[in-house]
Amino acid sequence: MSDITAATTAEAAGDRLDKNWMIDKGLQALMFICGFSAIIFVLGIFIFVFKEGAEFVAHKMDFAEFFFSPKWRPTSLSNPTYGILALIAGTAAITALSMAICLPFSLGAAVFIGEFAKGKTREYLKILIELLAAIPSVVWGFIGLAIMNPFIIKTFDVPIGLNVLNSSLILALMAAPIVTSLAEDALKAVPDAYREAAEALGATRWQMIYKVIIPAAKNGLLSAALLGVGRAFGETMAVLMASGHSINMPTSMFDSVRALTATIAAELGETPVGSDHYQALFAIGIFLFIITFVINLAADLIVRGVRKG
Amino acid sequence: MSATTHESAKDLAIQAIGFNLWYGTFQALYDVNLDIKGGIITSLIGPSGCGKSTFLRSVNRINERLGYVRTNGSITLFGKNILDEDVELSQLRKHVGMVFQRPNPLPISIRDNILYGYRIHNPNANKSEEEGIMEAALRKVLLWDKVKDKLNKKASVGLSLEEMQKLCIARLLPTNPTLLLMDEPCSALDPKGTAAVEELIWELRGEFSILIVTHNMAQARRASDECIFMLMGKVMEHTKTEDLFVNPAKKETADYIEGRYG
Repeated sequence: MSDITAATTAEAAGDRLDKNWMIDKGLQALMFICGFSAIIFVLGIFIFVFKEGAEFVAHKMDFAEFFFSPKWRPTSLSNPTYGILALIAGTAAITALSMAICLPFSLGAAVFIGEFAKGKTREYLKILIELLAAIPSVVWGFIGLAIMNPFIIKTFDVPIGLNVLNSSLILALMAAPIVTSLAEDALKAVPDAYREAAEALGATRWQMIYKVIIPAAKNGLLSAALLGVGRAFGETMAVLMASGHSINMPTSMFDSVRALTATIAAELGETPVGSDHYQALFAIGIFLFIITFVINLAADLIVRGVRKG
Repeated sequence: MSATTHESAKDLAIQAIGFNLWYGTFQALYDVNLDIKGGIITSLIGPSGCGKSTFLRSVNRINERLGYVRTNGSITLFGKNILDEDVELSQLRKHVGMVFQRPNPLPISIRDNILYGYRIHNPNANKSEEEGIMEAALRKVLLWDKVKDKLNKKASVGLSLEEMQKLCIARLLPTNPTLLLMDEPCSALDPKGTAAVEELIWELRGEFSILIVTHNMAQARRASDECIFMLMGKVMEHTKTEDLFVNPAKKETADYIEGRYG
């Protein structure tokens, strides 16, 4: 009797080293590496950007000039200045206008898809919107250059069509799919019991959406909007191509401007590694990094607030 | 089939004639004929899937939000066929309140919950009027003293299930409904809560006609005047509650109330 028990135990122990066990453990390790590498890469980028920009920020940068001077003249031989105010203003103008265009449309689309569209219509719309998100940004930039530019010149009778309006329209279209699908998720997360209760009390569809669904989903909608802002803020190529890329404090939506991101993209390849100009571009990178981080963190915290409440 | 057939349609809270209902291709109700009296509590019993909730949800047409529901026949409330084309759902639901299985207060303040239906139907009511109506509704369900200090707090937090269900009943009252539909209103509650809500329903008897779906036969027995037994989408028996439980006319009814299936 005890012999048999001993044998079975040994067999069971031996089992642990068979092929399935190895595959299981092997795949576990692989998954761990994949998951962990994401953290490593983010940290790596973070450290690299900070390292390249740190010297400039710590020793050479004049904070007042950097943030409050609109004079970005890094290539001046006699007196280079590194003021990014015009670039901030450009990015802010483009982001703000693009969101003003994008948010009403996206939220409207989300409400339509989530609350009104049924069956096939709803499925097709969702696929189409996701398709919109798959268009590469350089294609959007191309549309800005080749289609929107002459269109804006003709329609508004302005000398140049590569301006705040152009890049905002492009960015609005680019951010719309993200905002729409996140907002739709937020609406979908509202329990159906609320809809039923409101309808049973005699609410029309619109009364229900306006008074019950949107307030219940408001944190999710807010976070969708914030991520849209993050998307617009961080976009580079399309903005570079559609904004005119000229350093300018914008006074109207027909002014050409330059964005923070586009500046880095356009100039980094042509600066000597380690020069002041190179480091100043990395300082801009750090600034961008911090802002997008704050936006994403805010969006995340807002959503978490939903789960808790 | 029922004891009430000779009454005129006007006195009947609900009169269903030849009512059939399909979910897509599945027929859930077969030729339902019912005369449900006004001013009393009628309970609907039967095993799961027998169509009792489906019938209840047809009376305020909340079923239709599913989008794949077809019906024929008629359901008449106090003389008016609610399936007529000229019936406005919002108006219908003003007159027919519904209480759901799980308490579902809206994620807004207690005050706004109680006044939600009222404001839909009286968009221009003034504040003091609203306050009085809200207080009356909350007093009626014995919730006023509990919640009078937190009327601006969210209704979905800080209330027990029993209190939430009472709130869900209270919010029906400001629109002066004539008929209340209740879909297993106590099934999410503990015994104490069940007793309290049942007592409340009994309090509302007479002022409203009440149709209540229940899984709980003891509840049907103690808390209703008349009782309808349904099976497989058909009405089997409709009579006074005590008769149904003491002297069921059909074998299926007897089997069900003795617990042979269900």
